[in-house]
Amino acid sequence: MKKFTKTHEWVEVEGKIVTIGITEHAAEELGDVTFVELPEEGKEIKKGEVLCAVESVKSASDVYSPVSGKIVEVNTELDASPEIINDDAEGKGWIVKLELSDESELDDLLTEEEYKNSL
Amino acid sequence: MENLKRTPLFDEHVRLGAKMVPFGGWEMPVWYTSLKDEHHTVRNNVGIFDVSHMGEIDIKGNEAIRFVNYIITNNVEKIKPGEIVYSPMLNVNGGIIDDLLAYKYSDEHILLVVNASNIEKDFNWIKKQAEKFDVEVKNISDETAQIAIQGPKAEEMLQEISGVDLKEIPYYNFTEGRINGIPCLISRTGYTGEDGFEIYFDREAAVPMWRKLMELLPKYDGKPAGLGARDTLRLEATYLLYGNDMTDDITPLEAGLKWAVDMEKDFIGKEILLKEKETGIRRRLKGIEMLERGIPRHGYKIFVGDEEVGFITSGTVSPTLDKPVALAMLNKPYYKKDTEIEVEIRGKRVKAKVIKTPFYRGSVKTRK
Repeated sequence: MKKFTKTHEWVEVEGKIVTIGITEHAAEELGDVTFVELPEEGKEIKKGEVLCAVESVKSASDVYSPVSGKIVEVNTELDASPEIINDDAEGKGWIVKLELSDESELDDLLTEEEYKNSL
Repeated sequence: MENLKRTPLFDEHVRLGAKMVPFGGWEMPVWYTSLKDEHHTVRNNVGIFDVSHMGEIDIKGNEAIRFVNYIITNNVEKIKPGEIVYSPMLNVNGGIIDDLLAYKYSDEHILLVVNASNIEKDFNWIKKQAEKFDVEVKNISDETAQIAIQGPKAEEMLQEISGVDLKEIPYYNFTEGRINGIPCLISRTGYTGEDGFEIYFDREAAVPMWRKLMELLPKYDGKPAGLGARDTLRLEATYLLYGNDMTDDITPLEAGLKWAVDMEKDFIGKEILLKEKETGIRRRLKGIEMLERGIPRHGYKIFVGDEEVGFITSGTVSPTLDKPVALAMLNKPYYKKDTEIEVEIRGKRVKAKVIKTPFYRGSVKTRK
């Protein structure tokens, strides 16, 4: 099940591993994505810190980590084809996989309904 | 939300599903479907832009020419009726108040087209300068709609509804005539690097004009285009944007606009430019390209070693060239071609170098 943040990230939980991306709404607001500055694998990141930057033709936007943990995988497909985020932000356009360090942080995230109501 | 102004075509944009954003005090379409698509459509075919937010200031009177020549750097005495010049307008410190187009109807009538965000500032300034001249200054921005039709197929498409032969209008010339039966000022100008026209007419006619153009577009594989594409198109062509590449404290010599400054006549700010010419400029606007990955954006700092040597004034990913392009204000001597510099992007230094501009040449006939 997906969870969301007010800053337009989504999180999909599979045991201790979470997949993170930006929401379809965020992708639409950004317009044509042209560059994703991916973080490095193995990096430890805290909840609320800047995870990476997504750049569209028009602007650069920071993506914040919805939870704390260690980056175990990055979506290198985005290097060559950043536009995947426009095509499928909440699927193939995932950005990183993180190994959770504090599962309780998941409780602070929004449900899909709560997120949609916040838009 | 702040009090944003709307053009007479606001409802049309919303109906087309445009994403509306604040721009210089106006609520404008930044794109309709995709910035990149709209960009390519203008480069390859034709696009239409609502630019009704632009300002129009009418100057009439016996001293119209003398007055306009006093407030702008370029020379309207040297052009014929029906011709247009591009020009900066300077403050007493030589800084750019605005950049504008001056349309010469006659020796007694010049129309100045100014940037949307500067209308009030310009009008007040011009009005004040006009006190010593026999001229009448009128701000007709609110009554005037403007649509830009840009792209290699612009002429062919617009000709379908034009009462005048558009072939007869050379670059930077204009004429009065009917488009779609509506009286217009028709000008072969633009801000995209492509051939095309800008038409000015009564705002009451904006919706029928827009709808007619929308009706013609599919036949020419055209589209409406937003301000987003307008910005990437102009940057590729290296047309400067007021507020980014030019400001009240940047001189035209620093901005690389010497070609639009006539030092043979008098104008406000000239003394400063003369001094600058003598001592040499301390910084210069230049194009840069990235040698490493990263997109330079407006305001990013530039370094050579530990020294901060300038800043990015405009930057984007060029949809045509599929790589980042940017303009930078660089201190002497770092503005020389091929100089290696570093742009600070989100705390990291990314290598770049100074290159020749324009980044791209479109179908437009070279500016004279």
